[in-house]
Amino acid sequence: MARTLKLVSGTEPSMVWHADTALPAGTDLVVIPGGFSYGDYLRCGAIAARAPIMDAVRAHAGRGGLVLGVCNGFQILCESGLLPGVLMRNAALRFICKDAYLRVERSDTPFTRGYNAGQVIRVPVAHGEGNYVADSETVTRLEGEGRVAFRYVGPDGKLDPRWNINGAINAIAGILSEGGNVLGLMPHPENHVESAIGSTDGRGLFAGLTQYLAKVA
Amino acid sequence: MKARVTVTLKTGILDPQGKAIEGALKSLGVGGVASVRQGKVFDIEVDGTDRARAEAALKEAAEKLLANTVIENYRVEVLG
Repeated sequence: MARTLKLVSGTEPSMVWHADTALPAGTDLVVIPGGFSYGDYLRCGAIAARAPIMDAVRAHAGRGGLVLGVCNGFQILCESGLLPGVLMRNAALRFICKDAYLRVERSDTPFTRGYNAGQVIRVPVAHGEGNYVADSETVTRLEGEGRVAFRYVGPDGKLDPRWNINGAINAIAGILSEGGNVLGLMPHPENHVESAIGSTDGRGLFAGLTQYLAKVA
Repeated sequence: MKARVTVTLKTGILDPQGKAIEGALKSLGVGGVASVRQGKVFDIEVDGTDRARAEAALKEAAEKLLANTVIENYRVEVLG
């Protein structure tokens, strides 16, 4: 993730320790990357969501600052209350490590402006708990407010249960906060930014963010 | 004091792990198993002897960390 941020934005990101209590001055974007945290004991992301640094992340988001959480980062954002819902065990119980097709649902957000609405991108997923679940009221609100940023689809961009790899409700792969400044998604766009790796479909997210931040700076 | 917090999935939340266990029990021939839901049990030692205080602390623990109330219910018992 850090490598991608530097590669696409040209700026080296600062690393922040979980036990820190403040973000570097002038932080414009907080990225909580994937992987695993605290062994994912109790529930995925549950302990990390209560780490000391999270109060500063919550304050940053509260000020309208951008926060991106990928994979375990998405799970942490849900557990911390910055995003609604929860990521449950994949419906088929298996860890999934392969490329998935995502439909970009809207292009008018800081995170998705590098894409066209309806565009289909191919990015890797690697998770055991990516099955997005929320109560029906929350899902209705997310859909009504256009807060579903990415959905699992087939290569043709159509919804199909066979391509909803983890069984997520409404094939939700990524969601935005109420203010639109926090995005969480299970797939790893940061791993598809170089043609040598096989695809650059993930690049648009970081290129769009870079453009957006350059504009508001 | 000994206490126990039990965390269970809310009704209506899919539990693929419980389903897998249910399938395994059925394939083992264990009779009369209609369905299985998996949950968690936390056995906790609480300082002091004030039951009401212990219950309040455990409720706080459950709300803040042990349960994700989006998908889970919890029950607090002070066993004494």
